[in-house]
Amino acid sequence: MGKKKAVAEESHSAGGARAINKFRIGDVIMMAVIVILCATCVLPFIHVAAKSVSGTTAVMSKSVYFWPKDLNFDAFKRVFGDSSMTYSMGFSVVVTLIFTLLGMIVCTCAAYPLSKRRLKGRSFITFILMVPMYFGAGLIPTYLLLSNIKLLDTMWVLILPLIYSPYNMLIMKNFFMSTIPDSLEESAFLDGATNFQILRHIILPLSKPIIATLSLFYAVGRWNSYSDNMYYTRDAKLKMIQFKLYQLVASASEAQTASLADTGGVAQSAPEVLQAASIMFVTVPIIIIYPFLQKYFVQGTMIGAVKG
Amino acid sequence: MAKEKSAAKPQVRTKTTWKSALKRDWQLYLLLLFPIVMVVVFNYAAYPGLRMAFMDYKPAKGYDGSEWVGMETFIKIFKDRDFVRALRNSIVFNLADLLVGFPMPIILALILNELRYPKFKKITQTILYLPHFLSWAIIGSVALTMFRPSSGLVNIALMDGGIIAEGIPFLNEKWHWAVTYLLIGVWQNMGWGTIMYLAAITGISGELYEAAMIDGAGRWKRMWHITLPGIKSTIVTLLIMNLGRVMGSNLERLTAFENTQVKEFQYQLAVYIYNKGLGTGKFSMATAVGLFQSLIGLILVLLSDKVAKKLGEDGLL
Repeated sequence: MGKKKAVAEESHSAGGARAINKFRIGDVIMMAVIVILCATCVLPFIHVAAKSVSGTTAVMSKSVYFWPKDLNFDAFKRVFGDSSMTYSMGFSVVVTLIFTLLGMIVCTCAAYPLSKRRLKGRSFITFILMVPMYFGAGLIPTYLLLSNIKLLDTMWVLILPLIYSPYNMLIMKNFFMSTIPDSLEESAFLDGATNFQILRHIILPLSKPIIATLSLFYAVGRWNSYSDNMYYTRDAKLKMIQFKLYQLVASASEAQTASLADTGGVAQSAPEVLQAASIMFVTVPIIIIYPFLQKYFVQGTMIGAVKG
Repeated sequence: MAKEKSAAKPQVRTKTTWKSALKRDWQLYLLLLFPIVMVVVFNYAAYPGLRMAFMDYKPAKGYDGSEWVGMETFIKIFKDRDFVRALRNSIVFNLADLLVGFPMPIILALILNELRYPKFKKITQTILYLPHFLSWAIIGSVALTMFRPSSGLVNIALMDGGIIAEGIPFLNEKWHWAVTYLLIGVWQNMGWGTIMYLAAITGISGELYEAAMIDGAGRWKRMWHITLPGIKSTIVTLLIMNLGRVMGSNLERLTAFENTQVKEFQYQLAVYIYNKGLGTGKFSMATAVGLFQSLIGLILVLLSDKVAKKLGEDGLL
């Protein structure tokens, strides 16, 4: 679109040379702004990456910018050698997978029936399922509830309370209502298919894009958040990798070394390099896959914006 | 939700009895059982716990043994200096977030829309979306690497360049912290925030632009008179949605930038609830603050929705 406009401008513009000139300056300025903003998104990570594979002395002498000095992988060896780090990573993967699977099931169970206009009691059930989006009970009542049902300090406290998401349900419901023609189902219905069969053999195969998108919403959401990890668990075996990183680095700003030493494993000397390696350990997986995720995220967000 | 009702109206409704509905759609109701059980167990079951706000709740005594105190807890929290400070910080920082953070995606969307090279546009967009996919733990720890007074990259670069003699305490002095904290928030959301606007821009008819060009309107004029009005409703809707969140606060973001020197500003409602509630066991106070926050949030959302509909926009509910 941009290109077409540019061509059109050059042929239609009454301003002649002046307009074209102005146009180019504007273009350069805008590209420069975008490049600078992109740099703020990329350079910090390049810096951390360079630091993570640099020698301790080079980092201590503050001469590492965006290129490693005294290249070595000692810090990474330490991080990978620290069983609590690799454990947390593995635990995060397991929790995220279970969470995503259960989340998609509960989401479909809610969205499919509610996408049927004929369903009796539909608006009431929708209301019941949407209330939690607008009014939460708050931390303490939720905490006591989870304590009463004996979920505190179990893996399930990181999964069950959040698998039902009103927002994701709305997106899926909107998708069903807007993209799958009623006629398709009606004919299946007349052929004697049950609701389950229609869902399995007609709806789900047609919904692959939204299933991919919402699975990623669930997975990335679970992967990145850790406040529940902070509220509801104490057991070191239940630390997801983001929480681990938070404790290791972000919260360690006051007494960096002390706090690092506490955790054993990834500890002692050269905290800066080790911190950088820990950050990279947690960040690289998401950076690698996010160019692929991004497309689905954009789609999902757009569908979410259209109301059913 | 309101919309669905009106959409369903035009259809001629033959009245189905519950019996026939259940017979035809029992499988659908069976499916609904799972999400309903989830919200009942994990959301609705927590609501009765809100009565703690009106009690002097003692964990050892439980709900039955604890004393009812009416509004006393609320009076107590408004006399609590910690709470007043947390409330002030939450409101001020959320409004500041809105003020600096809201226009940024709009400006960025306008710029991205004008970029001439599709490939350049695509790559830069992908890069700008990156921060949205990172946790606050990552952002917080990278920010520390960049902004530590003595060893942060920004300070090292400024000192190497001879611009400053001593490191700037970007995250270690409250006023510097306030600015850094806000800007990192803007940075995190600026790319991702463009999506809705870019979608709205694609909806604007190309003929409008052509007509404007024939009339000799330059790029800035077209931006001002066509693109901006074209995305006005998106702007209004998103603005209202954000206004509804003015009372919220994100513990992950706040704790990612936590340190003792900046407590004065970093102490916001989420931190208050966490510290008072789970930290020092003042359950009633923390619950009261949570309830207060939820209620104001709900009222703001409902008000925003009303305002949006008055303005002829879609509304949120």
